Amino acid sequence: MTKEKPKLHFSRKLLAIPYALFLAVFVIIPLLIVLYYAFTNDEGKFTFEYVRVFFNESGEGLKGFFRSYNFRTIMLSFFISFMSTVVCLLIAYPVAYFIAHSKIKNKSMLLLLFIVPMWVNFVLRINALKELFVYLGTYNKSDAWNIVNTIIGMVYDFLPFMILPIYTTIIKIDKSYLEAAKDLGATPAKAFLKVTLPLSKAGIASGISMVFLPSMTNYVVSNYLTFRNVKIIGKLIDDYFMGDLWHDGSFIALMLLMFMFLVTWLTGGFQEDAQSETRGTSLW
Amino acid sequence: MVKCRTILKWAFIGLVLLFIYFPIVFLAVNSFNESDHIQEWTGVSLEHYRYFFSFENEPIHVVLQTLLLAFIVALLSTILGTIGSIGIFYSRRRARTALSAINRIPVINADVVTAISFALLVSFFAIDKSTYIPLVIGQMLLCTPFVVLSIIPKLQQMDNNLYEAALDLGATPKKALFSVIIPQILPGILSGFLLSVTLSLDDYVIAAYTKPDAFQTISTHIYGLDKNNVVGPKIKAAYWAFTAIIFLIIVVSVCVANVVSYKKARKKK
Repeated sequence: MTKEKPKLHFSRKLLAIPYALFLAVFVIIPLLIVLYYAFTNDEGKFTFEYVRVFFNESGEGLKGFFRSYNFRTIMLSFFISFMSTVVCLLIAYPVAYFIAHSKIKNKSMLLLLFIVPMWVNFVLRINALKELFVYLGTYNKSDAWNIVNTIIGMVYDFLPFMILPIYTTIIKIDKSYLEAAKDLGATPAKAFLKVTLPLSKAGIASGISMVFLPSMTNYVVSNYLTFRNVKIIGKLIDDYFMGDLWHDGSFIALMLLMFMFLVTWLTGGFQEDAQSETRGTSLW
Repeated sequence: MVKCRTILKWAFIGLVLLFIYFPIVFLAVNSFNESDHIQEWTGVSLEHYRYFFSFENEPIHVVLQTLLLAFIVALLSTILGTIGSIGIFYSRRRARTALSAINRIPVINADVVTAISFALLVSFFAIDKSTYIPLVIGQMLLCTPFVVLSIIPKLQQMDNNLYEAALDLGATPKKALFSVIIPQILPGILSGFLLSVTLSLDDYVIAAYTKPDAFQTISTHIYGLDKNNVVGPKIKAAYWAFTAIIFLIIVVSVCVANVVSYKKARKKK
């Protein structure tokens, strides 16, 4: 390091200021406002009122909470997210594995086939799915069908987000590991379980976080495909805000936010470069 | 045995592709249906296309203004994100870590939480939604972090000595920035821009919370059709035609891009 360097770097470092300000004003401050609304009442006084209302709506304590509307919405939402994630994983893993191990030359072309539909506007795609359900007669047929249709919609929408990260981890696995496993007498199934699967864990984790979280909150899918008969957490928040119940809505948004951080942290999304390969950049 | 497995494998991939493409193709076929009802086929007609392209009707205006919005948002996000990522990359470790972490918040956060928190800010400062400022900034909030995420890896791959060399040869830092750094990270900037366009086009939630009341994007317009069934089925069917057009454009451009890259690869050989 020569002495002039800090000066040179100083000029480039300054370029971070506009974006840092942007992030501070439009990301950090809004989240602080959510925090403020969650714990204050209409007069601006600090209160746990909305925590109490959320957990104890009926006045029966926690027992009442487990029977409350909010709790049922959250449970249904978790169920839909869980099922969507499982179905996505069951479809995406074999697809990613087959493409990565296929003998054709142009693997990225084959992968592209799974991504191309994402360039059609997302509401247009969901609209197409809805018209198909209408045609098949399953649209808003019964509560069970509504839930099934919501799960199909989530899978339809988020499948590429599961395929991509899994594919990128599988394709990076050194082929010599598999050859070594074979030479040492492992059956293909065993080699898969002991080599490929553990080495693609990061991709699976990242895929799960890319599917599980949005399917809890993407209420466009659940609303549009079920004539607004299936309600998920995202819609719960939306309803509170549309009904001008900002304090209640803020409290739920805050809990959702903390849950997101927890899941992202657990699935390793905060690691350097973890998500840059998934939702965005590898698409192009 | 091996052959049987190969067949099963391709059958599985084929089924998944069918699942992905069938709804869109189904809608594209129905865009030629004379009827507005998906469940009845009354004959082949281009009526929905005529309705869509006619400037007397709403859909074409909505599509054009959505494209314009996406272009503006993507342009602003790309400029802000490019400057920001260069700044972040050359910041000290602490600042870099902090900024990268904050940059990740809108990426992992649910759109609805981003939208409501931003909408609270907008109402807190009583910013007028009809100025379009909340809409543009709201969507930039969605796009810029992805621009940064697509540029940072390019900065990491860049040969840093070239910048120093340019300075040693007498270039001003500004000149060195534009003629050395920017060209090297251009692929990242371009992909960030394209990604921003798709993110802006795809967005429903942020637009719903921040747009002026009279303004519609494709997403809010279609979603609204379902919400209040008062708007005629004609508009709905016009969007079938639009879906078919978009799908055709995408398929054609992917094919063209492939042919071009294939020819380039052969020339190299």
